[in-house]
Amino acid sequence: MQKSLLIDPDKCTSCLQCEMACSFEHEGVFNPARSRIKIFEFEHGKRAVPYTCTQCAEAWCLHACPVEALVRNKTTGAVEVRDEICVGCKVCTIACPFGTVNYNPDSGKVIKCDLCGGDPQCAAACPTEAITYVDSAWTGYERMQAWAVKTDTKAATA
Amino acid sequence: MDYVIVGAGPAGVIAAETLAGLEPGADITLVSGEPEPPYSRMAIPYLLAEDIAEEGTHLRHTAGHYDARGIRVVHERVARLDPAARTLAFEGGGSRTYGKLLLATGAAPVRPPIPGMDLAKVKSCWTLADARQIIAGTKPGDRVVLMGAGFIGCIILEALVARKVKLTVIEMADRMVARMMDKTGGDMIGDWCRGQGVDVMTATRVTGIEEKVDGSLSLSLEGKEPVAADLVVCATGVRSNIGFLEGSGIDTGQGVLIDNYMATNLPDIYAAGDVAQGLDFSTGGHDVHAIQPTASEHGRVAARNMAGHRTAYRGSLVMNTLNTLGLISTSYGLWDGAEGGDEVVSLDRENARYLRLSFQGDVLVGALALGLTQHVGVLRGLIQTKVPLGKWKKVLQDDPHQIMTVYLACVQDATRRRAA
Amino acid sequence: MAWQRKVLRVDLTRGTSRVEPLNMEWANAYIGERGLGTKYLSENMDPKADALGPDNVLIFATGPLTGTMASTSGRYAVLCKGPLTNAIACSNSGGKFGAEMKFAGYDLIILQGRSEKPVYLHIVDDEVEILPADALWGKGVWFTEDWIKNHHGNPNLKVASIGEAGENLVRYACVVNDLHRAAGRSGVGAVMGSKNLKAIACHGTKGVRVDDPKRFMAVVKETHKKLAESGGRKELTKVGTNAMIDVMQEWGGLPTRNFQEVQFEGTGKINPEAAVTPNAHGHVNLITNKACFGCTIACGRIAHIDKEHFTVVNRKEYWHASGGLEYETAYALGPVVGVDDIDALTFANFMMNEHGMDPISFGVTLAAAMEMYEMGVLTREHTDGVELKFGNAEALAVMAEKTGKGEGFGKELGMGSMRLTAKYGHPELFMGVKGQEFAGYDSRALQGMGLGYATSNRGACHLKHDVFGEDMEDISGNNKAQPVKDSQDRVAMIDSTGLCLFTTAGWGVEDFVAQLDAACEGSWTKERCLESGERTWTLERMFNMRAGLTGADDSLPKRLLEDPAPSGNAKGKVAELGKMLPEYYAVRGWTTEGMPTNETLNRLAL
Repeated sequence: MQKSLLIDPDKCTSCLQCEMACSFEHEGVFNPARSRIKIFEFEHGKRAVPYTCTQCAEAWCLHACPVEALVRNKTTGAVEVRDEICVGCKVCTIACPFGTVNYNPDSGKVIKCDLCGGDPQCAAACPTEAITYVDSAWTGYERMQAWAVKTDTKAATA
Repeated sequence: MDYVIVGAGPAGVIAAETLAGLEPGADITLVSGEPEPPYSRMAIPYLLAEDIAEEGTHLRHTAGHYDARGIRVVHERVARLDPAARTLAFEGGGSRTYGKLLLATGAAPVRPPIPGMDLAKVKSCWTLADARQIIAGTKPGDRVVLMGAGFIGCIILEALVARKVKLTVIEMADRMVARMMDKTGGDMIGDWCRGQGVDVMTATRVTGIEEKVDGSLSLSLEGKEPVAADLVVCATGVRSNIGFLEGSGIDTGQGVLIDNYMATNLPDIYAAGDVAQGLDFSTGGHDVHAIQPTASEHGRVAARNMAGHRTAYRGSLVMNTLNTLGLISTSYGLWDGAEGGDEVVSLDRENARYLRLSFQGDVLVGALALGLTQHVGVLRGLIQTKVPLGKWKKVLQDDPHQIMTVYLACVQDATRRRAA
Repeated sequence: MAWQRKVLRVDLTRGTSRVEPLNMEWANAYIGERGLGTKYLSENMDPKADALGPDNVLIFATGPLTGTMASTSGRYAVLCKGPLTNAIACSNSGGKFGAEMKFAGYDLIILQGRSEKPVYLHIVDDEVEILPADALWGKGVWFTEDWIKNHHGNPNLKVASIGEAGENLVRYACVVNDLHRAAGRSGVGAVMGSKNLKAIACHGTKGVRVDDPKRFMAVVKETHKKLAESGGRKELTKVGTNAMIDVMQEWGGLPTRNFQEVQFEGTGKINPEAAVTPNAHGHVNLITNKACFGCTIACGRIAHIDKEHFTVVNRKEYWHASGGLEYETAYALGPVVGVDDIDALTFANFMMNEHGMDPISFGVTLAAAMEMYEMGVLTREHTDGVELKFGNAEALAVMAEKTGKGEGFGKELGMGSMRLTAKYGHPELFMGVKGQEFAGYDSRALQGMGLGYATSNRGACHLKHDVFGEDMEDISGNNKAQPVKDSQDRVAMIDSTGLCLFTTAGWGVEDFVAQLDAACEGSWTKERCLESGERTWTLERMFNMRAGLTGADDSLPKRLLEDPAPSGNAKGKVAELGKMLPEYYAVRGWTTEGMPTNETLNRLAL
């Protein structure tokens, strides 16, 4: 069974342990500015929402890439960036309607969630289970993707 | 079915792959007009800047990628289309029939009609072959003039600066990247380039180029002193490659006119990518969008329709992103404002940050940004889902940089409504 | 590693800034944050300088663990000479600012001199700008944070700023970051105001590295687990710090009506239970809990005021959520002024955050004013016509706002309790030490706390020692000196790491040591860490001695020394400072006058 990140914003305390775990896993440094998952806070701290790539089926980022630097990992289902191929053109960053592919000016390449190869560190670090990694079937994955479908530019089969 | 795809850019390659996936065993021929494996023009500037090798420009990197999918790649240039005979004639003399045809011949640079454009030291920068010539023809310190500061010009600009040439940019319009930035944004990019030692001349027309006895070039300018150069790179715009369709009966405008199913007016002939004049998401009209995301979407949707999966295209959203010597600019949709709409602007000229959002009612319809690199894509999400912003519009009016907050609030509210 | 090894030094008089390397010899001796900040402060200013003059130095200091994955790694401290106490001031804060400052690449920011005009500091990694703050002067903290983020088009900026209270030199003005976290005590915000520095806004993308990442992550995994499993941590998460109000009420250590009593009949209306119980309109005060940077506890509360409450009924701008009641705010805006209206307390707390004031000092100052009002020393003429009686919720709300904005009698309240009571001829009504007001624990019912208050280097403070267990175990003043001394040193060490004191709900010294040792180069043993804490404590003491304080300042008010507690477990008892203090000086290795001996100074390499 494929697994997905399940996000429950109501449980998020905005501690940013996930951002640190993510940046440490990918960059070897505690650096929220380079995290693939981001916490957004609003309404004076009343609401906090963890936000990252849903590895959507549409994969606008992957299809928009001119040099095949984005590929889907068949085991985890994650769309991963191949750093050695990415030229840093940023087309994927504007193509992703969720804004979850970001340009990293330090490396000149883009970064996005890759589910840490199947052991997402954000979920491991989350102290409140606001982020969990569970079988896709229970995540309401389809619900999350319902939003994605609204952005669709291709699928309206008549 | 015998599918033929003319053009091996992103639209053509993605269409071929999509067809192979939908109809395993189909006969698919991809006709490439250049002698290279299918590659991406988008990657050429990075080749010029020596960030990547030539292989890095290739659209696909796995050996045997096309063979494994039953896609035959042939290298021919199409001279003529005969729809009645379902036949393509090649420049080299051969010909080929097709069952269904996709025109994905892309676009080609346009050169201004002025004297001297045919000189050897005046280059375009469009193909891998052009790139090789520019690489061979420039060394650090050379005086290079870049004619045209449009999108293509600007991505080459970055590469030329990386090659450490002494660069002058000459642009006819009153600002840089006029087709993706308003006056404020274009001027800010110009100032940024000047700050990094590039000579930028906007609202300047080249009237002719001549070669001096010492081998250098001189560009005459309208109302200004001439400019000397060792090499001129011309990037004054591109035009859809539709010349070979003359007399075929296919309806064309700026490009090949297509309906919402990517079909042309002639049976079994479709078009996609830079050559196609397709539905525009923002205006509802038909336009050529010579951009990568449109090419990729066109390719997929065209292939689905060719294979009999009738799929409506919802229109492409204009979107561009550019890195000009480290300053990142982006624009979407109706970035220059919408008729009857309103907008909000945040401008910090000193720190080169600029954000302009355009609304129609409480729906975001366009956006333009300078210096924004994080979560840029949500601008597309908000525009293309036409989500009513409701009370959150006020938040954006107070501070347009709250775009992520507003996006998430809208997503959450929508999710909650659905759950309820 | 762990340290960024960079100090940003800003000369506000000249309008210049420069980066200098962190003195690693000092870092090795003082760790970071509180300890290292104290060292830098001592070396950079004359302790005799006027606290509100240009020669005072203001330091923002992070610790080596700030911005790491260690739990509660968001802390930073603000140090200077305090205008409330004329002693060293060191107030730390959570939120997200401290980590951001570290991510921008700085261990410390040292601010010297005084700007001629209001300015704010804008820092994005290596880019440091001193910018005019004309648009912000006279505005509150909330406006300031929004304005700066909006002005720079950068929602990632984290802002530490002062409100009008800091500008008006309210003696207990604080520095507020992230809307409702504060370096709260001793008036560090007034010092910032005296320098015409409105705010520091900061965004960093450099990250923090540790010396032995693999070991650090392994240690952190264990410490996270340990903290998660601790009962104290669970209580903090679920109930918040205000769980203490019920404990203190039952114990009889809850200072009430300016310490005339030690139990408050209205506690049930302002305790955690009350915060989650719907009122007559169905309004529930508490919305959620919230964490500071890196914190796996999340003791912070987010609350809102009933829209129909008199404080906000026509003021929509206060209908939103903001920082809710924690124990000290509940105590200082509640029992000590005799008010039991949870919405009025929440409103007053909003005023504290928006205008940038320490609720403890404000509340205890207001309590003294109320006592003088009830005595007839103050009348309506003094108080802008407000009936300044204990228990008057309206008086609390009105005075909180007036003090924040520097209006009318609020200006007097802004002097702090010591100066206010002296001005009106009743210095005995000042409830505090060295000019700083008490927190919510009565020294008669918690004897070790009393000794801690008396000897705290920044004036009365509950956060500079930790003998709660000993005090509950033995209500007398026996055997308190050693644990007070030991915990003062321990806390000084913890305050120097960049982590939060509340982690002691689940961690012992060895847990801090293990995290430090993995994060920092060199060998960090328990002995070395605790010695560093003692060194910091003693250096703070020496700063105060050089500033002109003496052992005579290690005192408690007459009320606590002579008037017995009227009820509760300590009924009939007074604070036994006279017995405890000499014992304390002895265990510290200080003279009977409270001066560290040369031997002690040499032992600590001071």
